[in-house]
Amino acid sequence: MRKTMTSLLAGIGLVLACGTSVYAQDKSLTIFWAEWDPANYLQELGNEYEKETGVKITVETTPWPDFQTKAFTEFNAHGDAYDMVVGDSQWLGAGSTGGHYVDLTDFFNKHKVGEVMAPATVKYYAEYPGGSSKYWAIPLEGDAVGWSYRKDWFEDPKEKEAFKAKYGYDLDVPKDFKALRDIAEFFHRPDQKRYGIAIYTDNSYDAMAMGFENALFSFGGELGDYKTYKVDGFINSDKAIAALDAYKELYKFTPPGWAKSFFVEDNQAITENLAAMSMNYFAFFPSLINEASNPNAKNTGFFANPPGPNGDQFAALGGQGISIVSYSQKQEEATKFLEWFIKDETQKKWAALGGYTCSAAVLKSDEFQNATPYNKAFYETMFKVKDFWAVPEYAELLQQLNQRVYPYMIGGEGTAKETLDALAGDWNATFKKYGRGQ
Amino acid sequence: MATTMITTLDRSSRAAARGLSDMSIRNLFIIPTILFLIVFNIFPLIYSLGYSFTDFRASTNAAANFVGLQNYRDLLNDPYVWSNFAITAKYVIISVAGQLLVGFGVAMLLNRDIPLKGLLTTLLLLPMMLSMAVVGLFWKLLYDPSFGIINYALGLGTFEWLSNPKMALYAVALTDIWMWSPFVMLLSLAGLSAVPKHLYEAAAIDRAGPFYTFFRITLPLVAPILMIAVIFRTMEAFKTFDLAYILTSQPTAELISIRLYKMAFQEWQTGRSCALAYIVLIMVLAITNIYVKYLNKVKER
Repeated sequence: MRKTMTSLLAGIGLVLACGTSVYAQDKSLTIFWAEWDPANYLQELGNEYEKETGVKITVETTPWPDFQTKAFTEFNAHGDAYDMVVGDSQWLGAGSTGGHYVDLTDFFNKHKVGEVMAPATVKYYAEYPGGSSKYWAIPLEGDAVGWSYRKDWFEDPKEKEAFKAKYGYDLDVPKDFKALRDIAEFFHRPDQKRYGIAIYTDNSYDAMAMGFENALFSFGGELGDYKTYKVDGFINSDKAIAALDAYKELYKFTPPGWAKSFFVEDNQAITENLAAMSMNYFAFFPSLINEASNPNAKNTGFFANPPGPNGDQFAALGGQGISIVSYSQKQEEATKFLEWFIKDETQKKWAALGGYTCSAAVLKSDEFQNATPYNKAFYETMFKVKDFWAVPEYAELLQQLNQRVYPYMIGGEGTAKETLDALAGDWNATFKKYGRGQ
Repeated sequence: MATTMITTLDRSSRAAARGLSDMSIRNLFIIPTILFLIVFNIFPLIYSLGYSFTDFRASTNAAANFVGLQNYRDLLNDPYVWSNFAITAKYVIISVAGQLLVGFGVAMLLNRDIPLKGLLTTLLLLPMMLSMAVVGLFWKLLYDPSFGIINYALGLGTFEWLSNPKMALYAVALTDIWMWSPFVMLLSLAGLSAVPKHLYEAAAIDRAGPFYTFFRITLPLVAPILMIAVIFRTMEAFKTFDLAYILTSQPTAELISIRLYKMAFQEWQTGRSCALAYIVLIMVLAITNIYVKYLNKVKER
């Protein structure tokens, strides 16, 4: 018994020792993000910070499908495992009103962050509620949805000739959504195991919404009025209906089994010679110009989301800002890191490492725009982006969108108008439930 | 020797030297288990019952308001939730029936003297030993219309198993049947080998046909153990999550547990998801009770 007690005490002691050793080492910060390349780049940037200041930065990651769940589980438990989190733009409402994020408004004003970062990134990654001048995050990773395409297929003279004969104009990077559709149809050859286009269709998180938004915003449609929460006449407007039909039309030209596709599948469409064009976040393009991960790297080109029928050109926003977790014991140390992070030279380093800086100055520089084949398209896109609702109940709105749009897109149930009318009804009910816009 | 060790304490043991009675040893073993159960099972169960009557959201700091039966009313009026239940029922019936058919069939085949019977049985048990998530990921590849081996082997071209809304649920059920038939097989084998041989001999003497023998001797004697397999598999199938979640995102294959997960951990509607969890719990309890009643009846015969 004495032996058991001794070993038990020793065990407890060990646990305490391990626990306290973490706290004893004050000079360390943990940042939580999803598991992808930019998180590795951020770790490298963190290593630079450690060299300069001695404060150790650890970037902890989890796979994308778990990211939201894991972060909010920690927030809801008021845990201090993470000092900072690089959260999705839609989380701003839940993070700020839930008391999970530290209010960074003073920091923003003191360091004039609003002037340093590109306007769209400040609006969507940092401010909540929209137009309130209250800020909860520092724009960290800019991102939006763009397109990659097979240059060798597009530039083949025989294809060019056949395309012109069929459609009456030259085969080139699509000038608008109609051209996007035509090219997708042209290259869709199931008998040759070649398909027209790869789009987002996964309905488990925001993939389907992002894909649809690309069409919606470029067709001049809107999700709703972000100030009054009015959705009738917005999400079910004629423009929105036309946009949904256009997006559904593209699904016809996707590779077989394209009903649960997101960034992994869409990059595979290019690397595995499946599709002529593929939608994806810019953040996933670095692996497409790397010959180790894409055998077609030399033949892969990029373009920004094309305009719709009326010339409107927008893209769905991805990307994240970095926030300080209000349950962290090291908020002061975290603030110091953010001060360092927004410096021009840090932002340059961040961009050089592969991070998508939101710094307006760096974005505008020729050095940045010529660094990769897609940086120019990224720069153009970042000034015409729009995002999903950022209210705390955004996940319910997202689920309702998936619930209505997916059966229409994939299963062909009902019409676009019925789908979007029903969605407007769902959203109205949800906003009513939370007392918004009443 | 073994039995005396349990009932009385060996005089020379250390426990006896310290004067620990049988009672204290029993308490030492049982109390931690009961405490563990109370802290991690019973307490959350009761606590979540309380939450199910509120509009609590774990993701906000807002206080929980008592809303009475609102959550239950909303859920039972939600056509999507009903469709989830219908899908789940369909899935349970298909997959449990399939497992019963395949598992019992294979057990009948194995219940004779064949060479390498032990090895064969062990190999057949392999699917059951894999993790659900791994099986899901593997079958996703097997079902792939472009390079999946199933379409290749069956010559189905680019047949879409998982992205066809009408097929997705069957594809998930098929995977579940593959994975869990061995479980039914194992139980059936145990039941079959317990059937007294003399009954078959008597039937043979009376010139009973194979069908008569099967329906009058084999099936009634194996029935109780088959019922146990059905109870286990129904409960498991009812709460299937990982397999279906990994394989497909078709709304036509959205089982109730997936809906519950989304409501609780993506939308953070904690109060409402507690209510849904209770509805599911009551349903599983009711179904299991019916089965257990039936099982007792079968045993009595």
